[in-house]
Amino acid sequence: MIRAHCLVCAGAGCISSGGNALKDALSNELQVRGLDEEIRVVETGCMGPCDLGPVMLVHPDGTFYQRVTALDVPKLVEEHFIKGRPYQPLLPKDEVTTAAVNTQRDFGFFAKQQKIVLENCGTIDPENIQEYIARDGYRALGDVLSGLKPAQVIAEIKAAGLRGRGGAGFPTGVKWELTAKNPVTPRYVICNADEGDPGAFMNRAVLEGDPHKIIEGMTIGGYAMGANHGYIYIRAEYPLAVKRLQIAIAQAYELGLLGKNLFSSGFDFDLELRIGAGAFVCGEETALMRSIEGRRGQPQPRPPFPAQRGLWGKPTNINNVETWATVPIVMRRGAQWYSQIGTAKSKGTKVFALAGKIKNTGLAEVPYGTTLREIIFGIGGGVPNGKKFKAVQTGGPSGGVVPEQHLDTPVDYDTLQALGSIMGSGGMVIMDEDSCMVDVARFFLEFCCDESCGKCPPCRVGTRQLLNILDRISHGEGELEDLDRLEELAQMVKDASLCGLGQTAPNPVLTTLRYFRDEYLAHIVEKRCPARVCKDLLHFTIQDEKCVGCSVCARQCPVDTIFKVGGQKKYYILEDECIHCGSCVDSCKFDAIVKASDGEGHVTPQRPAVLERPPGRKPTSLVTA
Amino acid sequence: MNLAELQKLKEKAQKQVALREGNKKYRVVVSMGTSGIAAGARDVMKTMLDEIEKRGLADVEVRVTGEIGLEDVEPVIRVERADGEQTTYARLDAEKARKIVAEHLAHDTPVENLAVGKEKKP
Repeated sequence: MIRAHCLVCAGAGCISSGGNALKDALSNELQVRGLDEEIRVVETGCMGPCDLGPVMLVHPDGTFYQRVTALDVPKLVEEHFIKGRPYQPLLPKDEVTTAAVNTQRDFGFFAKQQKIVLENCGTIDPENIQEYIARDGYRALGDVLSGLKPAQVIAEIKAAGLRGRGGAGFPTGVKWELTAKNPVTPRYVICNADEGDPGAFMNRAVLEGDPHKIIEGMTIGGYAMGANHGYIYIRAEYPLAVKRLQIAIAQAYELGLLGKNLFSSGFDFDLELRIGAGAFVCGEETALMRSIEGRRGQPQPRPPFPAQRGLWGKPTNINNVETWATVPIVMRRGAQWYSQIGTAKSKGTKVFALAGKIKNTGLAEVPYGTTLREIIFGIGGGVPNGKKFKAVQTGGPSGGVVPEQHLDTPVDYDTLQALGSIMGSGGMVIMDEDSCMVDVARFFLEFCCDESCGKCPPCRVGTRQLLNILDRISHGEGELEDLDRLEELAQMVKDASLCGLGQTAPNPVLTTLRYFRDEYLAHIVEKRCPARVCKDLLHFTIQDEKCVGCSVCARQCPVDTIFKVGGQKKYYILEDECIHCGSCVDSCKFDAIVKASDGEGHVTPQRPAVLERPPGRKPTSLVTA
Repeated sequence: MNLAELQKLKEKAQKQVALREGNKKYRVVVSMGTSGIAAGARDVMKTMLDEIEKRGLADVEVRVTGEIGLEDVEPVIRVERADGEQTTYARLDAEKARKIVAEHLAHDTPVENLAVGKEKKP
């Protein structure tokens, strides 16, 4: 008999930090010690705390281990499975008491979440349909096909108040009804799994960790809208998700949960994968459909909306991964139950991807109406290294920054919009005092500028011009009129662009201007970057009194611009040639190198008479002054 | 596939994952410290696992723990019932372990002549 299950996270995050090696080492160790008949190793989807990976959960005791490497395995097996006590060094520590946390339930990161969409992620083996069925999987589909009329399904989804999780928050039931009422056939349903926002990975977790939920949701949707064919459009950058979906689809066909005459209802449903080539714009629904059709991924004007004329000119319904994954839960537990969760206008829960300057990088699922502070500080653990929180970018490159004074805002579609940002798909990039807001705006804008498909000039030309202005400002060449130009142009791009990409691309610029205008002014008027990020405004100086002459900085310098002061155990940065990369600052163990911005009273120290190449560097003609 | 078949499949599959759900009626805790292992606690546990599986008892989980504190009467196990009743058995071997499974776990009757302690925890 199996007495313990050892759930090893096999989400992409944990795999890249060594999850596969851990799993192999664990299976091997259990076999060597003859425990393989008592203890089962299960690979699951993402458990959430990606930063702590590879993570592992042991049942029945619920012990949670973090940062487990293959090297820890012998000791861990000996302690936990043979001697029966948790292996202390790998337990998470409580934030406040610093005592080891024994079980997953007691770990703040999990305790404060409400997992609905992610209920199976990290609990079941995503490559085994049995485990999904054991957790009531396909039950909702069975009930729907055996007892409900399509219109009843739509009514239930409407009553639940489910809104599209892709970003815009359009009521799902209303959208379904539009497609269902279109008399043209065949109709199609599509799952948008082209998750492309920088710092967003919540869809990946569901695709990798609970693929059957998406299949079940789409089949229910197909039935409700009279569509017999579905496509999952997924980006090629998610190879593991593609693999797990392929396995899941094959298993569902094998058990007769996809294909002809499902649950003897006469309803047929087929599902196919379409793999995208990684263009951000293909997450836009009209571009996505063109891409499925095998054409160049470029958006089209709407109307006609997909419900009117979509894939191959037929009525089509497109929903996000998270929306589809919520459908079986709503149908299983009822609209009544679901609509109690969340706020008046935004029902249910939302998965947020926490990234950037935050302790617990990973996924957090909370009901709508939870405050940003609770998500970032309560679950995310706040900003690491004792730095100060500055702002959070919600909604990816299409969203905006929300500064500290608005942290107590309850999060839903409308509150974020009121702050100038958007919910988007749920990415949250946290920034601390070391982040320059001009640079942040520049980063996200550059992303959109690169990803613009080029079809409409406001987006193609407008984002480029916005980027040029931001570049100028960050180089210290900005002028005050640039701020007006930015605002005017941003508004124009928003209003005139064809699709969501261009319509939202200026959001980071507009929100940083709104909340951090002083930083723009510092760059323009004082030529100063307050966060000391914009390279062209920086100076690097070695302080004589702190420098011990160890030469580490000089060896690190990629452009050989750090010299030994002739006859002394000191070093000197030749500023004319410095590229401001900052690797000397990072390498100095004595904090002897100061980074200062223009406008902060920086004085370049006098150049010593003789400069020598540091030891180990090739002598060149530059050696003496 | 129809609803009845799905239900059957679910019941079968639930056995595979039941262990992750918790809330079992019985929890068997095996003392697996150095002295326990030396006295044969692993054999006792393995026998119990076998027997539980043979009898298809789904409402039982088996855990191991460190020294319970009864070193000279090892192997020791403690059977904890969900309502808080705890029975400690000592000086076990494979034969006795089987008996505990058959009587206590399968039929709710503690094996009085093997028990060395009994208490009720809230």
